[in-house]
Amino acid sequence: MLLIHCPYCEDTLPELEFTYAGEAHIARPADPSALSDEEWRDFLFIRTNARGPHYERWRHIGCGRFFNALRDTVSDRFLMTYKAGEARPTLTNEAAE
Amino acid sequence: MTHFSAFSLLKQALNGHKGWREQWPDSQPKAEYDVVIVGAGGHGLGAAYYLAKEHGITNVAVIDKGWLGGGNTGRNTTIIRSNYLYDESAKLYDHALDLWDNLSQELNYNVMYSKRGVLMLAHNVHDVQSFQRHVNSNRLNGVDNRWLSKEECKAFCPPLNISPDARYPVMGGALQMRAGTARHDAVAWGYARAAAARGVDIIQNCAVNAIRRGPDGAVIGVDTAKGFIRAKKVAVSAAGNTSVVMDSAGLRMPLESFPLQALVSEPVKPIFPCVVMSNTVHAYISQSDKGELVIGSGTDQYTSYSQRGGLPLIEHTVAAICEVFPIFTRMRMLRKWGGIVDVTPDRSAILGKTPIKGLYVNCGWGTGGFKATPGAAHLLAYTVAKDEPHPLNAPFTLERFTTGRLIDEAAAAAVAH
Repeated sequence: MLLIHCPYCEDTLPELEFTYAGEAHIARPADPSALSDEEWRDFLFIRTNARGPHYERWRHIGCGRFFNALRDTVSDRFLMTYKAGEARPTLTNEAAE
Repeated sequence: MTHFSAFSLLKQALNGHKGWREQWPDSQPKAEYDVVIVGAGGHGLGAAYYLAKEHGITNVAVIDKGWLGGGNTGRNTTIIRSNYLYDESAKLYDHALDLWDNLSQELNYNVMYSKRGVLMLAHNVHDVQSFQRHVNSNRLNGVDNRWLSKEECKAFCPPLNISPDARYPVMGGALQMRAGTARHDAVAWGYARAAAARGVDIIQNCAVNAIRRGPDGAVIGVDTAKGFIRAKKVAVSAAGNTSVVMDSAGLRMPLESFPLQALVSEPVKPIFPCVVMSNTVHAYISQSDKGELVIGSGTDQYTSYSQRGGLPLIEHTVAAICEVFPIFTRMRMLRKWGGIVDVTPDRSAILGKTPIKGLYVNCGWGTGGFKATPGAAHLLAYTVAKDEPHPLNAPFTLERFTTGRLIDEAAAAAVAH
């Protein structure tokens, strides 16, 4: 069972209290009608599917809020979690180890 | 290659079984191949076999970072069926079923294909309507499937609990009698042996680090742990790791990789005659010839490459099994494991050409790749050899995510993915 830190509740809780919500930092297009088919494909369907550190969204069922996380998809270890709307943190060597 | 037969078995028995030879050589890579296949699972090994047998292309290497059949081919619950809703899928999976029929004879290798029937249980009005629609759609496509009342379900599968007092009472079921199970390892071994006998090199423990492209953008080979291997064509059949391999060629994929878990019980005497799937409570179960109950779980909610998965899902699955089969409440589970399945947005496979010349892909089989093994292998070989898709896999393009011509088995799925 994963243990996940909710940055709003500031508490580390079991995975059952959370819902996974896919890759993070995929911005909705500002002007949807201007997009080409290829740009729609990239927005809707293409995913990084990183093997290693992966930026992703989770929702804490307890407080009902979405937040972002950086998790290593090989070890399933969470490197950090941060509030929605915050800039994507760069991966430091310290966090990667 | 030693031909396996009752006679060869008898001959070896008299000889103390000391004369058996290795079934395929442990090949080292040559400098150049006509076709390199990345991933030595059932799909990749099968494609090599059909390339050699049906298209006369024998200068082929199948390369794997681990041992052959050690990925999803050896990690699934061995269920084979073709009762998919949409025309494209039903035809594709039924093509695979046709090939399963004579696979043991074709490969001279017993893959233990057992048509014991797959029964899908309906627990509510929605299930009943949805499955009856599947049955009707399948029959129009010439695919075997029929509807059973709950009493008929009980007669077909005696351990089933059809009491109206159950939390999710059984209201009937859809039965595909042509469906069943096969020995998954034997499928990989059988294809490997038959392909190697026709000159295919199987290179294990050799990770493909990158696909290399020439100045004109076409594929020229693969960089591996054992150095660069030149290739005219490269076919990627790497399941959960497809995104990573394709990324190295500069092609981003509409895939996400999730752990899919399964578990087996201690072995018991024959008790369970068929395969039963229940989508509402989400569990599927069969009994192996060794006697273990083979139980399939769902995918974890998060993407991962860990080949493990979390325990909450196992608990949920076992609870579902105990609900439908109270007889198994005291069974002890022996072991559980995970495989990494590559899932597309519409839950249908991608099998065909790519925008990169000389690069082909077979991926996105999600939670249902094993049943498709001979079909996917056969069609991948055709696509690579002819440089154009077979009519059966023509709809399963990568371009459908641009054009919007999806094959939305996600919405039609008989089982949650």
